[in-house]
Order: sequence, then structure tokens, then C-alpha cells
Amino acid sequence: MTPLPDALPAVLPAGGGWLVAAIAWPVIALLLVIAGGERLAARVGVLALPVGLAIAVAVALGVAGAGELGYHVGGWAPPLGIALRADALSTAMLLVTAVVASGAGIYALADFGTPRAGQSGRTSLAFWSSLLGAWAALNLAFLGNDLFNLYVALELLTFAAVPLVCLDGRAATLQAALRYLLYALVGSVLYLLGAVLLYGAYGTLDMSLLAQAMRPEPAAWTAAALMTAGLLAKTALFPLHLWLPPAHAGAPPAASAVLSALVVKGSFFIVLRLWFEALPGLANEAAMQLIGLLGAGAILYGSALALRQQRLKLLVAYSTVAQIGYLFLMFPLAFDASAGRLVAGAALTGGLLQAVSHALAKAAMFMSAGLIAVAFGHDRIAELGGLARARPASLLAFALAGVSLVGLPPSGGFAAKWLLLSAAVATGQWWWAAVIVAGGLLTGAYLVLVLMRALAEPAATAAPLRPVAAWREAVPLVLALLAVLMGLVGVLP
Amino acid sequence: MNPTTLYGLCGAALVGIGLYGLLTEPRLLRKIIAFNLVGSGVFLLFGVVARRGADAGLGGDPVPQALVITGIVVAFSATALAVALLLRLHEVSGGATLDDAADDSEADRSSS
Repeated sequence: MTPLPDALPAVLPAGGGWLVAAIAWPVIALLLVIAGGERLAARVGVLALPVGLAIAVAVALGVAGAGELGYHVGGWAPPLGIALRADALSTAMLLVTAVVASGAGIYALADFGTPRAGQSGRTSLAFWSSLLGAWAALNLAFLGNDLFNLYVALELLTFAAVPLVCLDGRAATLQAALRYLLYALVGSVLYLLGAVLLYGAYGTLDMSLLAQAMRPEPAAWTAAALMTAGLLAKTALFPLHLWLPPAHAGAPPAASAVLSALVVKGSFFIVLRLWFEALPGLANEAAMQLIGLLGAGAILYGSALALRQQRLKLLVAYSTVAQIGYLFLMFPLAFDASAGRLVAGAALTGGLLQAVSHALAKAAMFMSAGLIAVAFGHDRIAELGGLARARPASLLAFALAGVSLVGLPPSGGFAAKWLLLSAAVATGQWWWAAVIVAGGLLTGAYLVLVLMRALAEPAATAAPLRPVAAWREAVPLVLALLAVLMGLVGVLP
Repeated sequence: MNPTTLYGLCGAALVGIGLYGLLTEPRLLRKIIAFNLVGSGVFLLFGVVARRGADAGLGGDPVPQALVITGIVVAFSATALAVALLLRLHEVSGGATLDDAADDSEADRSSS
């Protein structure tokens, strides 16, 4: 028999309970939404948002004070129990998730609000329960320190994200949802296979314990390759991105914002944790260069396809394919060849800042694209003439989000790309610097194409634009402003 | 060859057959079944790991057995969700593959 572990060890700082609250609150709210039914879904859901935001802030304050928060579920320490852990990385993701989820929730009140008499509230109920479910799963992915616990988080995230893709129930979105589901299921089953190999080799699934027990040997290599491949399929890194554009472009705008800004970051964050926390000594030059190469492929291929899109939402979706590539450039840049391991430094900070600022900018971009589509009744880029005069706030939000995606100062995207560029220069890997610069130019090109159309005079035959509520335009504008101001946070220590 | 190795090889074979089916089968229902084959192979490996990690006098390490139950529940839910989506797709479009041209993916395909 394994001896019973002591009660909570004294090393855990107080405040760990907030980590449990961060995961439990969205689940409780989800149950309340379901209990409330179609009539009350939107009201209950929107009331849950500020509480979730406050919990994320509480975790951030705790981490700022103690440096790190931890919690042993049920008082059982690893390897027998499951640990939750919050450091600066997970806190940044928790905060941006809370902000984007709240923004998406407020924005969605117009599409998925309380149904009027005689109207069905089924999609409203589905949206709010999926939003809260995705939020809970993301928080678990950011806080979990146990590989199997993270597997459960990944699956919950998939189950919450797939309904968001096909909320409108058209055949095209159902196909997109099924394609996404199949990619995601294969991804998580490969991840699970890797996890069982690690457990078989080292007898633990706790990442901190694995980091100590791990040796560079075939079992660990196979496990790392399987888990990474599975997670890359879920993150839609080139060339496993095929499911993303139809799924993200076909969903309603509030859902697209959550999917593109947050859901792909869940599996990305687990890749990051896996390589930087659990298996840092397993990294080698060739593997890290390969991951970087896939990232570079995503940046160039995704941007080139975005340039060729005729529909605004598809352009934004392909832009996500490209921006995901930047997240993976940090792996070759953080690799210290002399020590033979990954080290946390400018590259890691840059990659994380890219994840956060892309989340804010892409949510703003999908929401403003959605409002533009509402106003015009379509989202064909060639026919967007007159947009600047008719809906300046929507276009401004789109353009500000674009500033961050391109990487112009003082945006978060600028700070992220600057950190990645300086890491590339510092480690003498100029080829990644060339990719970063080329990606920025391509991003600028496809966004300027949209802006040129939007600034043009309307066609004489164009139908009059439909009205859009001002409060809906405010949501993407605030998110885009946050993305632009992120860079100022980035320069602070 | 001892039974543990045999089970391990069976698990590996199931994973291989399932992955092959997932990649080559155009019909969605068969893809879903193939995913379940992969899952069964992985769960069998959990059993192998449990047996190999057993302490003296015990039949198996209990941790992988606890994990496998969670895994089965998750795979079951995933299958249920996939089948529900498939049924709805069949209701709406009459098809049960991902190849039917649809309005959103058309624009996507012409550009790629």
C-alpha cells in the first residue's frame, strides 16, 4: 500500500482556493444556465461573467503576491493526488480568457439574448452553456499540473467548442463541426497514448515530478512526439489546420471570437507546459527546429491564403492560421544549444504575449467582421465600399486589431514580435527573423486590401446598410484597444 | 512471449488499424468506429501499464485502471456527440460524408 500523504504541505501559499473557484465557477454557472432553461439562459449567463472575471483577478493578485499558487485537490499531494498550479503564464491566460469570454458574452446578447414570446431559445441555451463550458475547460487547461487532468480539460474543451461551431445548424457548419471533432478526437487520443507511455515509464503524471524523473530515452521521445502531434492537430498548426477556416468562419461571430481567440490557445498552452515544464531536458535542436518550421509554414501559407480570400470572415480565419504560427517560433528560439534544454526567456515571454494579444485582437476582429456582415447583409470584401463612412466604429475596431496583428507599436503584437525578433538575433537564428518580418508584411498586405475596399465610395447600386446598435460596436473596440495597449504592459517588468 | 507483451501488441495493432481507418475511410460513421478502435487500443495499453507496474502481491497498479474508466467515459461522450452531429447532418443534407460541396467550404476550396 502507498502510505497516505500528509495533509496539505506548508509550502503551498494561501489563496489556492481561488484556483478551484476559477474552474468551479463556470461549471456552477453552466448548471444554473441549464436549470434556468431557454428563457433565463442569457440572463443567468451574463450575470456569471463579472464573477468569473473577479475570480481571475483574485488569482492574478495572489500570484502577484506569492509568485505562484498551488492547490492539492482533496488534500492529496502528487503522485497520488492531482495538483493545480498557477504561475505568471497561467495567470495571463486566465485573465485574457475572462476578458474575451466576458466580451463575447456581452456581444452575444443581441444574437443569443432572452428569446421573445413565441421564439425558440434553443440556440441561446446552447450558446451560453457552451461558452461557460469552454471557459471552465480553458481554466482547467491553464491550471492543471497533471497530464491526465489536462487530457480531461482538452476533451471538455472540444465538447464545448464543437457546438459553438454549428449553432445555426446548417449542413455546411455541421460538416465543419464534424471535421473539427474528428481532428480534435484523434489529437486527444494521441495525447492520451503519450500520457500512458509516460506513466508506464516513470510512474507519475504530475508535470513537476515528471521533470525530475524524466530521462532522454525512447519511451520519453515517443511519448513527447505523440503528445505534441496530437496537440498540434488541436491547435491547427500548419499542416493540420484544414479544419479551422470552415469551422471558425462558419460560426456566429461571438462564437468565432471564442473559438479563434481562446479555444486554440488551450491546446497550445499544454504544448508549452509539456515542453517547458515537464520535459525541458528532452528538447533537441532538430525537434525544435521542426516545430519552428511548421510555425514558419503556418505564417507564410496562412497569410498567403488570407490574401486570396473573397469573404471577410474567411480572411480573418486564415489570419488565425497564420498567427498561430508565431506561437510556435518560440520553441527553436528558446532552445539553449549549449545546455541542451529549453530555457524560459525573451522567446517564451514573446510567445505568451503573442497568445494574449492575438486573443484580444482576433476576438475584436471577428466581432467587428460580424457587425460589418450584419450591416451589409454579406461579407464579400469586394463590396464593402462605403463602410468607413457608414460604420466608422466597426472599421476602427477592425483596423486597431489589425495594428496588433501586423505588429505595429505600441501594440501587444509589436512587443511579442519584437521579443521573438530579438531572441532570433541573440541566438543567431536569422532565418526565423526573416519569417517574422515577412509574416508582418503579408499580414499588412491582406489587412490593407480590406481597408482600401472599406474606404472606397459605395457602389451606386448598393443597398442601404442595416442599423447596428452602438453598444455592440463598443465591445470589439474595447478589445482592440486592449490589444493595442498590451504593448505598454509588455515593456513593464 | 508473456501475456502482457501479447496484450501490448494487440493494443498497438488496434491503434494502427483505427488510425488507418480514420485516414482512409470517407464515410463518417466508419471514421467514428475507427476512432473507437484507436481508443480501445490505448485503453488496452493502460491495462498493460497497470499490470507491469503492479506491486508484489497485487494484480495491477490501480492508477491506470482509475484513469481508464475516465477515458472510457470521455470516449463514450465523444462518440455520442459525433453520432448526434452525424444524424443531424444526415437529416439536413441527406449525406453522411464530409465531401458534399457546401456553401462555406466551396469558397475555401477554390482558393486552396
